[in-house]
Amino acid sequence: MRLILLCALAFMMVLPAAYAIAPSEMLKDPVLEQRARELGKELRCPKCQNQSLDDSEAAIAVDLRRIVRARLVAGDTDGEVKAYLVARYGEFVLLEPPVKQTTWILWFGPLVIALIGAVVVWRIARRGRAQMTETADELPDDDTETGPVTR
Amino acid sequence: MRRPDRMLKRLPYLLPLVIFAGLAVYLWDGLGKDPGRLPSALIDKPAPEFNLPPLEGRDPSQPLATDHLATGKPVLVNFFASWCGPCRVEHPILNAMAQEHGVTIHGINYKDRPEQARAFLRQLGDTYGRIGSDLDGRVGIEFGVYGIPETFVIDGQGRVRYRNPGPLDPETAEKIMALMETLE
Repeated sequence: MRLILLCALAFMMVLPAAYAIAPSEMLKDPVLEQRARELGKELRCPKCQNQSLDDSEAAIAVDLRRIVRARLVAGDTDGEVKAYLVARYGEFVLLEPPVKQTTWILWFGPLVIALIGAVVVWRIARRGRAQMTETADELPDDDTETGPVTR
Repeated sequence: MRRPDRMLKRLPYLLPLVIFAGLAVYLWDGLGKDPGRLPSALIDKPAPEFNLPPLEGRDPSQPLATDHLATGKPVLVNFFASWCGPCRVEHPILNAMAQEHGVTIHGINYKDRPEQARAFLRQLGDTYGRIGSDLDGRVGIEFGVYGIPETFVIDGQGRVRYRNPGPLDPETAEKIMALMETLE
């Protein structure tokens, strides 16, 4: 019994990621269908917060997948398809937010914080080494002399 | 009393506290918001181009198109369907806005069967100006609709000024009517 359960579990783990796309939705042209799949992964279903178009079975996701395919067949570039949806649904439909002034903090904030942390660590390490090499009578009598970061 | 320069040197200690306070206020504010209520990408832009046939069974000479929205006075565009529960909830509010306050409300019947839409209106009342029949939901996509009901305020020049995703409640209806008065 246990073995059967284990096998079932293992089987489920190797299954490829399930898409919500029905076979009837797919395009005959495999190249266009591939592009539609790439776009479907990068676009968000507006109804479902954090699911991509391809992963969602919401009616609006089905409609938008159809629109994406119709635009590709009509000769749109990937960028034009995205722009079409952004014009109607806002930048929310892009799962990866674009780099622009209002999203700088999102993209570069973690980097800035890591840099500040590195500077702080570097300063503490340098002072620790300096104190170890100083002799006792050279130590400053006031700890504020050593800079803003003190223990 | 401490010397000022000494105080100044101690200032960086406060920095984490200040950052924390700022983040706390920002995030606390965000907690109360409904992530399902997206702002419309169409605000202050002209309403999308569309031309819909009237709902079957209504006056066949009354289609609903972009031109009917720019009439010099603000109107509401309400997406509804008979299969949509919240639409039933908000419908009496729409009726009251139209009947008691003289608001012009055009309906877009979204992905519905005309006979069922007619039954819905017979049951709950039909106070719409025009009703366009959006059988495949294409016009919904033009408006950026992702779930109905959704209601749009269109000003006299035919620009989208406000969007309410989800059912109207009496408070929102008041706010919308106040906004429409400023547009008049």
